[in-house]
Amino acid sequence: MAGDQAVILASTLSDSTSRIWNVLESVGGFLGILILVFFIAGRATGRLQKPLTVLICLGPAIVLLIVGLVVPAIDTIIISLHNQQFLGQRACPPHPSPGFPCYKGVGLANYRYDFTDSYTRSTLVHTLGWLIIVPTVTVAVGLLAALLMDRMRHTAVPKTLIFMPTAISLVGGSFTWAYVYNYIEPSQPQTGLLSQIVIKLGWKNPPNWLLSSPLNLYLEMIILIWIQAGFAMVVLNAALKAIPEDVLEAARMDGATGFRLFRSVQVPMIRTTLIVVTTTVMLTTLKAFDIVLTLNNGNFNTDVLARQMYADMFVTGQVSRGASLAVILFLCVTPLVIFNVIQLRKERTR
Amino acid sequence: MTTSTPPTVLVPPPEPVRREPPVKAVRRVFSHPYASIGVTLIVLFWTIPTFGLFINSFRSKQDAATTGWWQFFAHPSFSLGNYHYVLFSGGGTVLPLVNSLAITIPATIIPIALASMAAFALAWVRFRGSDAIFFTIFALQVVPLQMALVPLQRFYNFGAHIGSFSLFPGKTVTGLAEIWVSHTMFSLPLAIFLLHNFISQLPESLIEAARVDGATYLQIYRRIVLPLAGPAIASFAIFQFIWVWNDLLVAKTFGGTDPATQPVTARVQNLYGNFGAHPQYLAPAGFITMVIPLIVFLALQRYFVRGLLAGSVKG
Repeated sequence: MAGDQAVILASTLSDSTSRIWNVLESVGGFLGILILVFFIAGRATGRLQKPLTVLICLGPAIVLLIVGLVVPAIDTIIISLHNQQFLGQRACPPHPSPGFPCYKGVGLANYRYDFTDSYTRSTLVHTLGWLIIVPTVTVAVGLLAALLMDRMRHTAVPKTLIFMPTAISLVGGSFTWAYVYNYIEPSQPQTGLLSQIVIKLGWKNPPNWLLSSPLNLYLEMIILIWIQAGFAMVVLNAALKAIPEDVLEAARMDGATGFRLFRSVQVPMIRTTLIVVTTTVMLTTLKAFDIVLTLNNGNFNTDVLARQMYADMFVTGQVSRGASLAVILFLCVTPLVIFNVIQLRKERTR
Repeated sequence: MTTSTPPTVLVPPPEPVRREPPVKAVRRVFSHPYASIGVTLIVLFWTIPTFGLFINSFRSKQDAATTGWWQFFAHPSFSLGNYHYVLFSGGGTVLPLVNSLAITIPATIIPIALASMAAFALAWVRFRGSDAIFFTIFALQVVPLQMALVPLQRFYNFGAHIGSFSLFPGKTVTGLAEIWVSHTMFSLPLAIFLLHNFISQLPESLIEAARVDGATYLQIYRRIVLPLAGPAIASFAIFQFIWVWNDLLVAKTFGGTDPATQPVTARVQNLYGNFGAHPQYLAPAGFITMVIPLIVFLALQRYFVRGLLAGSVKG
């Protein structure tokens, strides 16, 4: 038995080494090609140099972005105007034979469905709630922690502890909190921390947390806030640290202290960072479907757009409907990005 | 016992007039109890759920299912059985851990190389339309991942064609490379945006001086920009590493069914299906997946001081 295990372990080990070695070879090859390109391009001088540099530096990124994001986005918009059901289904020829499974254009029917179907409508409302509450609370907590840290001496340990959830996957985080929200009959010994606490505080009959709407919605939001606040804190703390001491000193000379110092000096100085962090958290929030999927699969009135879209596309065979949800998601975030672009433009022209 | 000491000792010696810098004074006042209490509260809230999971990872199925983890302190029971199961006998997460590394390392290095080059070109090799390209790239963050998966998979399988002309034959990107390329594509908008923030704030005089000395753009990138952007690159690397490591969707779509390329997140999800079946293994599995990203964070943490977005603060 022990011998068997040793053999398995040894083969796993050699397998792993060769795999890691292959990967390092690939990465080395990639960097080697880059260096080679740089070397060859370095020969070019004069008028050719600038366009060549732009081509080398921007070319790969732009090609990847077009293939990976631009084309799929256009594709999705087109699909959302059809009635495709499953992946791999073909578009109808001009004169389809009856019974031939194909899809055809339906105009805006999918969107009309999205806004009239009561289930989808509630999904949209939930998503809006996530989109407003999660980034706000995350950034608020992150900023608070960053400010407090800025005024403490030994921050390495607390910083690491608050950051720790960021290193946990959304699925792992959901499992972690599933223990906290676990429900057991109040007469039995409790295994869920939340139930235990509220029972000790005198609430005789706590609800089954994850099944009671609308409470479950907020309980699931807490998980995402918990995971992302560390990210917000670390980045905002770095930004606060980067404010030059003499600026703070000057403000202090002018009599700004405490909250006023914070509001009229520190916040404006880290404005760009705040916007970037908020945007990043918002985008993660919109795309995150793991928590809802793991905890109750969107049942009990908790569904969000990202999960319903995933199910439409990969599970329930309503590809076009999923695509229309993706487009709605896309439209939800667009104003945010336009706002960001305007802000950035201001920064740049200054 | 201070009350009983003779009053003469209580009279403090005249303090030397030592003017403290005002900022320090502010810091001192606020580093007082409030800050510490606040941080302690946040830390508690942010640690206890994980701590409970950690305790439960050492408890038997029976214990974990019938009593709360806090009972551990009253009735300690400790075994490494769950970990052994998850790693070796039933779980077999060792190889998926290696796979995760094999996915994450290239999927961190490649986007950073490409993004730093692109950010440099957009920030310092000014050309007509560079602003428009920058804003377009930033705006691409809007595209939801789910939207891109299906077309991308078709692309990997069948290539890209215009009419009968084939731009790119299918099946040239396979296995792990599919996952690397996908992660690279999805991370580029944010990576370019963040690195651009930092790189564009480098002192103009430095770049100008190098230009005057006859350095080519690529030399400037390699000798000046890359070394100076080190902290920003390191801090982005941490996040990219963590995001890729924790990713489930991309890995599931492009490599999740093949055990040879399955990362640890997909493995763990496959093993336990849903939470109800084997709760005692989820806690150790969760911890095994957490260890490596935490090591990376701790190793690169010091770069945060000059960190990711330092460039976006106006001095």
